[in-house]
Amino acid sequence: MSTISLHDTHHDDHGHGHHHETFLTKYVFSQDHKMIAKQFLITGIIMAVIAMILSILFRLQLAWPDKTFPLLETFLGKWAEGGRIKPDFFLALVTIHGTIMVFFVLTAGLSGTFSNLLIPLQLGARDMASPFMNMLSYWFFLVACIIMMASFFTQTGPASGGWTIYPPLSAVPKAMPGSQIGMTLWLISMVIFVASSLMGSLNYVATILNMRTKGMDLWKMPLTIWAIFLTAVLGILSFPVLVAGVVLLIFDRSFGTSFYLSDLVFGTEILPNEGGSPILWQHLFWFLGHPEVYIVIMPALGISSEIISVNSRKPIFGYHAMVYSLIGITVLSFIVWGHHMFVTGMNPLLGGVFMITTLIIAVPSAVKTFNYLATLWRGNIRFTPAMLFAIGLVSFFISGGLTGIFLGNASLDINLHDTYFVVAHFHLVMGSAAIFGMLAGVYHWFPKMFGRMMNPKLAYLHFWLTFICAYLVFFPLHFLGLDGVPRRYYAFTEFEFMNKWLTVNVFVTWAAIVAGLAQIAFLFNFFYSIFRGKKATQNPWGANTLEWTTPVERLHGNWPGEIPTVYRWPYDYSKPGAAEDFIPQTVPFSETMSSNLPHDFEGNEEAERIQKEWEAANKPVQE
Amino acid sequence: MAALAVIFTVFSSANAFAQEAAAAATAKPVDMGPIHKSALFYVLLFLLLCLFIAIVGKALKVYELTRETQGKPEGINWDTVNAIIFALFLVVGLYGVYWEYSVHGSMISHMQEAASEHGKRIDEMFKLTLIITTIVFILTHIVLFVFAYIYRYSAKRKAYYYPHNNTIEKIWTIVPALVLTLLVLKGFLTWRSIFYKAEDPNNRPLNIEVVSSQFLWDIRYPGADAIVGKRNYKLTTAINGLGIDFNDKNSLDDLLADEIVLPVNKPVRFTLASKDVIHSFYMPHFRVQLNTVPGMQTYFEFTPTVTTEEMRTKLNDPKFNYILLCAKICGANHFNMQKNVRVVSEAEYKEWLSQQAPYLTNDLRKAFNLPVVAEEAAPAATEAPADTTATAAKVELDVKNQLALKK
Repeated sequence: MSTISLHDTHHDDHGHGHHHETFLTKYVFSQDHKMIAKQFLITGIIMAVIAMILSILFRLQLAWPDKTFPLLETFLGKWAEGGRIKPDFFLALVTIHGTIMVFFVLTAGLSGTFSNLLIPLQLGARDMASPFMNMLSYWFFLVACIIMMASFFTQTGPASGGWTIYPPLSAVPKAMPGSQIGMTLWLISMVIFVASSLMGSLNYVATILNMRTKGMDLWKMPLTIWAIFLTAVLGILSFPVLVAGVVLLIFDRSFGTSFYLSDLVFGTEILPNEGGSPILWQHLFWFLGHPEVYIVIMPALGISSEIISVNSRKPIFGYHAMVYSLIGITVLSFIVWGHHMFVTGMNPLLGGVFMITTLIIAVPSAVKTFNYLATLWRGNIRFTPAMLFAIGLVSFFISGGLTGIFLGNASLDINLHDTYFVVAHFHLVMGSAAIFGMLAGVYHWFPKMFGRMMNPKLAYLHFWLTFICAYLVFFPLHFLGLDGVPRRYYAFTEFEFMNKWLTVNVFVTWAAIVAGLAQIAFLFNFFYSIFRGKKATQNPWGANTLEWTTPVERLHGNWPGEIPTVYRWPYDYSKPGAAEDFIPQTVPFSETMSSNLPHDFEGNEEAERIQKEWEAANKPVQE
Repeated sequence: MAALAVIFTVFSSANAFAQEAAAAATAKPVDMGPIHKSALFYVLLFLLLCLFIAIVGKALKVYELTRETQGKPEGINWDTVNAIIFALFLVVGLYGVYWEYSVHGSMISHMQEAASEHGKRIDEMFKLTLIITTIVFILTHIVLFVFAYIYRYSAKRKAYYYPHNNTIEKIWTIVPALVLTLLVLKGFLTWRSIFYKAEDPNNRPLNIEVVSSQFLWDIRYPGADAIVGKRNYKLTTAINGLGIDFNDKNSLDDLLADEIVLPVNKPVRFTLASKDVIHSFYMPHFRVQLNTVPGMQTYFEFTPTVTTEEMRTKLNDPKFNYILLCAKICGANHFNMQKNVRVVSEAEYKEWLSQQAPYLTNDLRKAFNLPVVAEEAAPAATEAPADTTATAAKVELDVKNQLALKK
């Protein structure tokens, strides 16, 4: 049992009354994990809204490539001269949309929010292992966001070589306008972002390993914590590789080195770089890049596991299998990066190897899906807003995961690589699914964060519009890819065979606009409910985990008295013999004699003997 | 934040609609009055919609409050409502998938049959994967939404406590593993058959070099020696854009082509290189894609099996052309980096090849200190464009490329 209660003592004398909190220390430079979680969440939401607006801008261009929108010029100035988005700016929009969504929303916004909120609350800790570092993690993140957005205000525009910024396109400033100051800002922003992410991840791991309350052994942790823990481990091991890659790229761009550059001729100008390889960047980038997509999806899977179990009023099916499959995904995700590089000129032998590892990773993913379905089976499903989004996640995870089987197959990837099929695939499996995980988490833990409830009816509207529109947007895109339409094309007008997709593009853009407008229902609901929502009760969902034993009024240190002790796993829902359909983790087995099952005692003979005696004594009563 | 939301509203609703007003006003000084008015109109329309939703929300609330004060049970059971929508979503969604497969699926008809030998193996692999994934997709979604419908909340029922079942879990670990093993094996064999080819001495591939640059494809055919000569990027000058090394005597007879013409049923080996950034050599009809990377050469060998003419008859589309696209983001004109591709009979190919001009011009001969051949070079130079224009009458895009090249 690796529980430590050191932190109990020093926190009790602190936080109530005699510790003056100013506005600045409470809301701005806060070191309280709950406030930092909210800061991450709200920053993440703002970035998500920005990224969504960018996506609607480039969708407008794709749907109506010949039309002018004079209003665009009002907002975008020279980027949309005459009311039409320029090709360079189109690429910038695509690039920054991807960067924001992957890093700022789905890594920081999702992991940052729920790791900070849930680790101490679900494990029974007063705060994170290092609150100060936690605060720094947020501020580094915010600075990274601001630097990234600042690139929109430069003369030559933001980075525009795609979110994967492959050199030489990104390395040679004359290759495109976006590779000038915009790319420099992108790289600086990313270094700061990685620092933020690492400070966060180290903190998460340290807290999870050292600061669990009494009784909370690893196999009693909720699946959210397991997912967050493994995500943090992934981040710690893979993000530094990105920094290495980025630093080398900065050297190539600014100091004349040739790590990624060789044999370059622009027009007739011969560049002096010799001996580097652009492929090296791709290896370094995807060594982070692939774990990164699991960094994005695993917390969402953890959140949905918890929510599906709570709202089906059933234990999650195959808790151990769920954990082992998360571990499997974590380990395998480090040896699959080459599947992004099947056709980049990498040795074909490696292609074969990476295909094998890639398709193996589908096995743990399949296990997770089947376990979700088994959890729903014979449940008593309450469709809370969070539950709707969790079910939506399962659907997206299936749809997007299955198309991954095409792309993971090197021979099929030859024709699908860099087409709209890829766009459709990852927008379903890591875009929509992860966003739905995040939204599910927001709806579920909103009462914990703000002490109030969100309006469920507005949430239903939000869910159904978003769920349907997301499918309307991304399902048709698969067919564009199968037809051989490459991604990141400014317009489909130059190729005869693409003309037939123009009407589909109009349809997809309309669906995207409706989905975008539907988010207003969420934004309104979110900000309105912070101030005016219905007051929450202590345990509004009837959940077992520890966070619902804290008072509704959030306080520094989380629990007013002693931290509760944990006696059981978090998924005792609808246990036969129990009076209620949930038994919180803090209820000892001695209080639930009528519902205890033999495997609850994990081989503790003394406990089993007591249980047997009790059963013998009470048998007649039960009948 | 509220301001952000407002800006967002303006953006997403107004811009989409503003186009109608914009279409009328194409003249240079755009009159913004009507545009602002129409933008305002759509913002108001959206606000009206919000108001409508708010009224419905309030009405629901009043209804529920009256039920509550009268001591009646909740009027609307939202669990049931959502469960029914899930069931409807399943039915409509399944039809939607069927519609997508049939309607959008038929829109990719010109892709349905690969025009190369290895492409047929890729298509087999694709079909197998498509069948398996579609079955899984349909079944899991039926299970997901049917469970959501059947097991919706009821106060009378208690969920079934069922934490795990090792047998079931083993089954659904092993079955996907077996299916994936099948796919991996087949995929691995297909992949190897594409990239590991034993050369048949009686059927040596035709060597063609393609060099990409922003935003062009340069194509070099070998001359009589069947070998494309060396390039050295350091030799690049205004008259030697590819940096061809004419000290290598294999370069001397290399031919300049402005389209890719391939003899049918003959293996062809593309040597791919790039001058500036990474591009991707993508010919979807042949199931061919490989990046062109500066600083290294990549190779793709395949055998086209259907001529352009045959494909036109097959698809009943007289305008059909094979095409080469760029699939890797490379800059502003990424979306228009193309080359026409023709597959022809061996005889037509020979004839076409004989009309191509050599790379080595007199200017280049001077630059490389090679003997200038006056009488040979001059007619070739005048002859080539004339002939190309003649063939271009057949193929529209030809002309385009020719013009692009001259620019």
